[in-house]
Amino acid sequence: MKNALVVNNLSLSVPSAKGRVTVVDDVSFDIPAGKKIGLVGESGSGKSLTAYSLMRLIKDPVQIDKGEIFLGEKEILGMSMKDFRHMRGNDISMIYQDPMSALNPIMRIGAQIIESIRLHSDLDHGQARRLAIEHLASVGIPEPDRRIDSYPFEMSGGMLQRVVIAIALSGEPKVLIADEATTALDVTTQDRVLTLIDKLAAERGLSVLLITHDLGVAAQFSDDIMVMYAGKLVEKGSVNQIFSHPVHPYTKALLDSRCDYTIDVTKPINSIAGQPPRLDNRPDGCVFSPRCEHVQPRCREGVPPLISVQDRLAACFRAEELFHVEMVK
Amino acid sequence: MRTQVTSVATVMGVSRIFKGKTGVVHALDNVSFDLKPGRTLALVGESGSGKTTAARVLLGLDTPNSGSIEILGRTLGLLKHEELRLLRREIQVVQQDPFSQLNRRHSVERIISGPLLAFNIGDKESRRDQVVELLKSVGLEKEHLRRRPHELSGGQCQRVAIARALALDPKIVVLDEAVSALDVSVRAQVLNLLRRIQEERGLTYLFITHDLGVAHYMADEIAVMFRGRIVERGNRDDVFNNSRHHYTVGLLSSVPLATPSATKRSREQVQALPSPGVDDACLYRSRCALGLGREDCKSTPLKITQGSETHSWLCHSPVEHG
Ligand SMILES: Nc1ncnc2c1ncn2[C@@H]1O[C@H](COP(=O)(O)OP(=O)(O)O)[C@@H](O)[C@H]1O
Ligand SMILES: Nc1ncnc2c1ncn2[C@@H]1O[C@H](COP(=O)(O)OP(=O)(O)O)[C@@H](O)[C@H]1O
Ligand SMILES: [Mg+2]
Ligand SMILES: [Mg+2]
Repeated sequence: MKNALVVNNLSLSVPSAKGRVTVVDDVSFDIPAGKKIGLVGESGSGKSLTAYSLMRLIKDPVQIDKGEIFLGEKEILGMSMKDFRHMRGNDISMIYQDPMSALNPIMRIGAQIIESIRLHSDLDHGQARRLAIEHLASVGIPEPDRRIDSYPFEMSGGMLQRVVIAIALSGEPKVLIADEATTALDVTTQDRVLTLIDKLAAERGLSVLLITHDLGVAAQFSDDIMVMYAGKLVEKGSVNQIFSHPVHPYTKALLDSRCDYTIDVTKPINSIAGQPPRLDNRPDGCVFSPRCEHVQPRCREGVPPLISVQDRLAACFRAEELFHVEMVK
Repeated sequence: MRTQVTSVATVMGVSRIFKGKTGVVHALDNVSFDLKPGRTLALVGESGSGKTTAARVLLGLDTPNSGSIEILGRTLGLLKHEELRLLRREIQVVQQDPFSQLNRRHSVERIISGPLLAFNIGDKESRRDQVVELLKSVGLEKEHLRRRPHELSGGQCQRVAIARALALDPKIVVLDEAVSALDVSVRAQVLNLLRRIQEERGLTYLFITHDLGVAHYMADEIAVMFRGRIVERGNRDDVFNNSRHHYTVGLLSSVPLATPSATKRSREQVQALPSPGVDDACLYRSRCALGLGREDCKSTPLKITQGSETHSWLCHSPVEHG
């Protein structure tokens, strides 16, 4: 299958009291055309910085130290900013947790969508306005011909996120990144917005990178899952493999520590001891080793590579072994 | 003869109306609930449904327009200043934001001993001992005494806030979205901690959360709020396995589960974005597939249906099971 996006060996760093420290560490993945990939991990694990790299939004003091990013055939990190600007919106778009970060608070939403449409096409104002109304209808805004003249403050969070989706898709990109895009919404609204993204992705053959700390969101709305911990991709596989038979101890511990309404209320939750490493204090060897219940001396010495284990990728020296132990249980 | 005390706090028919630029908001509309000793009541519902207002009224931080509140047998509005101050010792609060609820300029020791100082309890030395004891009980160490909030992680700040809430040995703790800002693995630690402390100290919790999974894990009893009203109330099993209000069902089916094989239950059925339906008798009507077509949901005032000793709801045509 053709890849819409390929990321090779991406590393990013930020300054700290102890000099520059790595926050995204040799991350590689690809998104096949038309697939939805969930990127999960706790806060600070490097999800947003990975996403910003794809949009070339990395700014000082954060730095890209190495890596390549292919959007379709084109490598974008080596490209001039002038050339890349044409791809933003046309080839790749991103939506954020706060819809207002993408909107002008004192401009009618219609004007903002029209502006975006005209940036990506040569339609005149009247044509663009008609298209904007269509876009609003396609993201489920009721009475789009009236709503187009609303200001952002006249709309709810769920509505605004739909407007932002309409704008993000107005240039007909092939890749959509959603970074915690429904995290601030109520659960019923979240469900509607994610269902909408699902539907639009299917209709348009979009590739989606769904970034979320919510395991349930990732499980219900992705084809494949990538798990990130302290800047490292630790496991990557199909939704079923990751949620039904995780092999990386972090993935497993993360799933065990969730608290949804299906867990046993008579027992304490299996929480992970300790907390993620401070960025200026990353452990040697496997980044999860200080909290891992299966840790061995070799885990503190070498960094386990992300390799194929049981039809998925995992970065753990003991993954194969733990998979079999788990199956026997 | 006095009857045995079965509630440590009772909220009776409380309404709170705010007048804003865009009109009147019924933040609480005839809300009643009670807290039973050593148990947890969860208030769940979407943002703006009135959960925090309910907490503030109970804490005596806000005065309702009507209704009454009783805490440990004393009626809030009738207390003199000093009596209210003493009662405040018995009911403490932990809020959502781990950082902003703690004074950033103060050390952990100063923060936790704040309530002790306010009530002139002990001397410097005994207070320090007590703070160390409290730190231990929330899983922190003596070495954290000198730290300031920005030197702690979100989970550690939340532990400090919990320790401070426990300093006066209260009967009731109100937790308003207290774990909502925490990551999955840290949230699990704090939830375990809260259950352990409750058991050890016989605490009563009012546990406010928008997260149904957390409510399910923490609460004996759950009240579902929608736009200022409690629309369903019952034990965990009543609300999760025998939901009668259409909003409760909509909420539950909207929660994405981390089990890919979980076939999604039918979602909230009205997929278009509804208008608020301000004048309807049932405020949920515009989002309710059933209510939309019914005249009584529009015009006949609702009454609480007491389905069993523990389970009640506010709906003309509740969900049937079977
Ligand atoms: N502008 C910045 N300056 C310094 N550190 C940053 C900056 N942006 C992010 N970081 C650090 O990089 C790490 C990864 O951040 P981020 O990608 O935002 O994580 P996530 O989105 O997974 O929560 C974190 O430790 C964060 O503190
Ligand atoms: N001080 C206030 N002034 C005006 N309106 C308020 C005030 N406090 C709360 N409200 C309104 O009351 C309703 C309930 O708010 P709140 O209790 O904070 O809900 P929740 O905690 O469930 O999100 C909301 O519509 C909110 O805007
Ligand atoms: Mg982020
Ligand atoms: Mg609130």
